[in-house]
Amino acid sequence: MSNDPIYQSQEKNAEPKRPIFKNCLKAFLIGGLICVIGQAISTFYMYYFDFTEQTVGNPTTATLIFITMLLTGFGVYDRIAQFAGAGTAVPVTGFGNAVISAAIEHRTEGFVQGVGGNMFKLAGSVILFGVFSAFLVALIKTIFSYLGGS
Amino acid sequence: MLQGKATWNFQNPATIISNGTVGGPFEKQGNINKDFDSFFSDQWMKEKSFEQAHRLLIEEASDIALKKANLKTSDIHFFLHGDLINQITPTSFAARSLEIPYIGLFSACATSMEGLALSALLTSGGYAEKVLTGAASHNSAVEKQFRYPTEYGSQKPDTSQWTVTGAGVAIVASKGEGPKITSATIGKVVDKGLTDPFNMGGAMAPAAFDTISQHLQDRNIDINYYDYILTGDLAKIGRRVCLDLLKENNFQVVEEKFIDCGLTIYNKDQPVFAGASGPACSAIVTYGHFLKKLRNKECNRILVVATGALLSPLTVQQKQSIPCIAHAVSIENN
Repeated sequence: MSNDPIYQSQEKNAEPKRPIFKNCLKAFLIGGLICVIGQAISTFYMYYFDFTEQTVGNPTTATLIFITMLLTGFGVYDRIAQFAGAGTAVPVTGFGNAVISAAIEHRTEGFVQGVGGNMFKLAGSVILFGVFSAFLVALIKTIFSYLGGS
Repeated sequence: MLQGKATWNFQNPATIISNGTVGGPFEKQGNINKDFDSFFSDQWMKEKSFEQAHRLLIEEASDIALKKANLKTSDIHFFLHGDLINQITPTSFAARSLEIPYIGLFSACATSMEGLALSALLTSGGYAEKVLTGAASHNSAVEKQFRYPTEYGSQKPDTSQWTVTGAGVAIVASKGEGPKITSATIGKVVDKGLTDPFNMGGAMAPAAFDTISQHLQDRNIDINYYDYILTGDLAKIGRRVCLDLLKENNFQVVEEKFIDCGLTIYNKDQPVFAGASGPACSAIVTYGHFLKKLRNKECNRILVVATGALLSPLTVQQKQSIPCIAHAVSIENN
């Protein structure tokens, strides 16, 4: 027997409800905080270095990923993530953490098969579907432009 | 001899003559830290990988159990052990250094009682005099295999459980002083169609219920025959559901005597979600905490029902439900 709806509903009743509102609020606050930090870094680079609003994106992202690398390596990022949920998963720091944690985890299996082979284990699908979505959007835009859009 | 449908009633009950339990740093902060023999101060344990550290846990616990009983590895006839890692390599690698004839076991978190039941069968049946048995798990090694990298930031739900880092072993002998293994019930695989790998207690509860009711029916005894019934690692949700199942089926279960190993090992302030899990969980609580109680005569009859979720990361990704098993062993003072 591998399907018992009566037991399944009985079991479901015993589970604690997921605190969706609380989780959303925490994600909003921590995710927002990361964005504020990102904004501060951008402003810093524009003010002290020769960056413009168009060019400051890359160094800001790199800095956030660098901070994430330290937090992941010192074992802090996963603790923040347990509290923040989507708040730490959605920004670029979440992507960085997925890559870095996998690289650390598989170091024992060597640089090529371990780190190299597993680094994008979690982030690989983000890259694949990100690029594919970008392609689709670009394709749609091209078709509309061709059909006489602006 | 076979009693009823799935229970071995041992005519010459085997004795647990020695035990060894080790844990990691997180277990040291836990609720039953006085019942461990030793602790490692970090998850690496001076080894190069978590998997090797996992092997060391088993070797360390075995050494302690042998030393306590003043025995050498050559005095032990068989080594029955298991863990959760692919192809149970930590156990097999530990067996390599122990050099004891070895039977590798897998029943996920029910391995501890699978091992104890078979050890009692061997020693009571005259096929061995002394058997070393147990189960182990390593939090980081298990997380790496079953879930995400240890440092990956994912938010776990409150239904998930925390894998114990540790090992618990016992030496079962045909003669000697100590608590006796009087009977064992081998469980069947029960699957009610639950699919959430972050809620294994809920999936395992029906297996625990099935084995407990089979055991009581086979031995023809009341549930209150036992001072305590210990369930494997059902944790908060699984324990609640298992209690409900027992009550619905007219078992007069007393909640204070129905203890879950997953709720025993850590204290309330530790962030372990619904509770503990892992093969080491029931092994440590039984061989560390409750064996002590039995020896001190704080209790005289316990039934340990270790529960295991027989899933793999592959079956989860392929959207299969979670088959579960529970094996029960009764340990009594004579």
